[in-house]
Amino acid sequence: MASLLGRFCRKLVVPGSAHGSRMTSTTACGSETVKSLNLYSAINQALHIALETDPRSYVFGEDVGFGGVFRCTTGLAERFGKNRVFNTPLCEQGIVGFGIGLAAMGNRAVVEIQFADYIYPAFDQIVNEAAKFRYRSGNQFNCGGLTIRAPYGAVGHGGHYHSQSPEAFFCHVPGIKVVIPRSPREAKGLLLSSIRDPNPVVFFEPKWLYRQAVEEVPEHDYMIPLSQAEVIREGSDITLVGWGAQLTVMEQACLDAEKEGISCELIDLKTLLPWDKETVEASVKKTGRLLISHEAPITGGFGAEISATILERCFLKLEAPVSRVCGLDTPFPLVFEPFYMPTKNKASSSSSLSSPSKNTHFLIHGFSRLL
Amino acid sequence: MAMWFARSRNLVSSLRQNLGLSAILIKRNHSSPRPVFTNYELSSKVFLDPSTSFRHESTAVESQPDLVQQSDHEDDAQELDFPGGKVGYTSEMKFIPESSSRRIPCYRVLNEHGKIISDSDFIPVSEKLAVRMYEQMATLQVMDHIFYEAQRQGRISFYLTSVGEEAINIASAAALSPEDVVLPQYREPGVLLWRGFTLEEFANQCFGNKADYGKGRQMPIHYGSNQHNYFTVSSPIATQLPQAAGVGYALKMEKKNACAVTFIGDGGTSEGDFHAGLNFAAVMEAPVVFICRNNGWAISTHISEQFRSDGIVVKGQAYGIRSIRVDGNDALAVYSAVRSAREMAVTEQRPVLIEAMTYRVGHHSTSDDSTKYREADEIQYWKMSRNPVNRFKKWVQDNGWWSEEDESKLRSSTRKQLLQAIQAAEKWEKQPLTELFNDVYDVKTKNLEEQEVGLKALVEKQPQDYPTGFHI
Repeated sequence: MASLLGRFCRKLVVPGSAHGSRMTSTTACGSETVKSLNLYSAINQALHIALETDPRSYVFGEDVGFGGVFRCTTGLAERFGKNRVFNTPLCEQGIVGFGIGLAAMGNRAVVEIQFADYIYPAFDQIVNEAAKFRYRSGNQFNCGGLTIRAPYGAVGHGGHYHSQSPEAFFCHVPGIKVVIPRSPREAKGLLLSSIRDPNPVVFFEPKWLYRQAVEEVPEHDYMIPLSQAEVIREGSDITLVGWGAQLTVMEQACLDAEKEGISCELIDLKTLLPWDKETVEASVKKTGRLLISHEAPITGGFGAEISATILERCFLKLEAPVSRVCGLDTPFPLVFEPFYMPTKNKASSSSSLSSPSKNTHFLIHGFSRLL
Repeated sequence: MAMWFARSRNLVSSLRQNLGLSAILIKRNHSSPRPVFTNYELSSKVFLDPSTSFRHESTAVESQPDLVQQSDHEDDAQELDFPGGKVGYTSEMKFIPESSSRRIPCYRVLNEHGKIISDSDFIPVSEKLAVRMYEQMATLQVMDHIFYEAQRQGRISFYLTSVGEEAINIASAAALSPEDVVLPQYREPGVLLWRGFTLEEFANQCFGNKADYGKGRQMPIHYGSNQHNYFTVSSPIATQLPQAAGVGYALKMEKKNACAVTFIGDGGTSEGDFHAGLNFAAVMEAPVVFICRNNGWAISTHISEQFRSDGIVVKGQAYGIRSIRVDGNDALAVYSAVRSAREMAVTEQRPVLIEAMTYRVGHHSTSDDSTKYREADEIQYWKMSRNPVNRFKKWVQDNGWWSEEDESKLRSSTRKQLLQAIQAAEKWEKQPLTELFNDVYDVKTKNLEEQEVGLKALVEKQPQDYPTGFHI
């Protein structure tokens, strides 16, 4: 009965059913209780459930013991013990390597990297070891129980080393999955799916939303499927694709565009690797236009992969070049953050969102303002 | 002031009486302001000679707690409190020397002539075990020789030998239990051999044929076998070390009577993962045995270009890890050391570090010609005079457990078996093309399904552009 209810509940978040004007879904399901939670609390709930439902699961990383620098691991050590929830030495390659070892022995290791900006020492372990563990062993071994969580993205004052969006580096690695939730409710379900997925997953949490985003989050154990994008706002003139905190910005751009009579379809990719090409393709075939937006620098960003794929699949249906509204090709700056960011006015003034299909002249002019 | 002086005088004289401390302590004159160092003082006292009384002094404090209480609070307290615990202090500025006056000695049991050194500590090895160990060391030698030649003949793409390190390979394996999980670097096929991996299985991996458990995805010598608790070899250096800490921790949590055992070369200890692995194992109190094969060379880089410490054994204490240096070419010493380390790791739930001194007789791999960077004489010396296999053979023979007849029978039958294994492996069917796409994830993803369809169509259309034998 509960699982039936669960399936029913999950159906409420599929494309088309969420009300267009509200980013965050408030629908409760039947008798399941929901609670108003921010992102870090939703993550915390997911972790509690993960550790509760699998006695062979572990949560560790720098400072997780007292609750973590973002409070995502509050209460875990007290509840599950220091053997399962513990601080590690300050060493990302050690954290991930140790996690791989635990996972290779059939455990679930949910490791925390304090900021995505510090994930690079672990890059070797992630790319050369975790991603290839199953493949290189002929499936004799695997470290599918490994999930790496890291806060990512702009926070207003983070500068070079507390604001990065490194997702593109990881999307280029066959063998791992890359997941980015947009809201508390999404985060809980996606994190549980990531933890339980039999493949190593890198889970980036938009730190800007840890406190900022509040949503009704079901209290029960639920999972949101990976590699399934969601149309969170239906429209007919242009498709916008994004992930994480950027979707809030894009939604504002959609509202502004709507005032000009442009109907926008907004898609949350959720899983960047492997990504749901079909949902984006179907949408662009309908609208004829695509705008991709991400905080990470534009050159080599994941938007390029989406753009190239959609071009291959939807070329004849496209009415305008694919537009990318992204971060600048600079290290993430401090005082210049407002200028660096792909804000809603950058999205709105990009050629695709300015009077689409009406004025070719304007289109060409707007093209040059593409960032 | 006078009172203070008198008290400290008493302190000093009571220490002298009770502990017979050397002149260094007495020279510390509390009655006058701290003097500027004279040249004499700088040269002789700045460096802490480990054999001086400084260590005794802090030990003295520990064993004479009333001394601490007796001292006036105005006196320097004998210990200071810091995060991390109490630490004795000194007003004498002394640097710990960069190296000890004496290198850490190497534990050995057998001399070069295969005779047990009198009064050696060692764990006795039965005839059955000794003969098996010797047979496996000889088998490893034959296997290395023949596979190396097969690569030279172009039959396999790559190979690397363990020549000179047979004692480390076999004796360490013999000292472990089959449940101990091994995370190798890449020069430890002997451990897998000991555990029962067959010559055919080795050959299959080298040829990457359909019977290869690794499904032809990696270069030769990247063996792995879950059945034998031997993690698949990966080329990046030292990545296995922090993983071993995690494996050890998993075994501890499962309360298994087993530990993780992981290998690394001298070069690998320069990697960050060495530091990460040892530190994590120590902090997490994980049962891990770290075995470093110090064979003198990391490809062409001699250890003098790798580190400035006294090898690797001295690094153990820096992590709070018990360590030992062993003669890696002495099978009995290696056996005892690894056996003891393993017991400590499991019963005390702690990591242990073993530095096995040896020499890499072979080239780094078939892609290397080591005569380009080292003397042929040096190689020859180690090959002939410091050969671990011969040394152990002498001991086994002296015990009457092995004859020359046994020797020639073993070598010729192993050689024959290997040649057959190679011939069979070479002829064996190739992996089906679908194995290119499997196991990237647990289930093939859409993009891989599409790519597989696309590739199959292309291969069917233009088969002349592709190697034959890969069943579509």
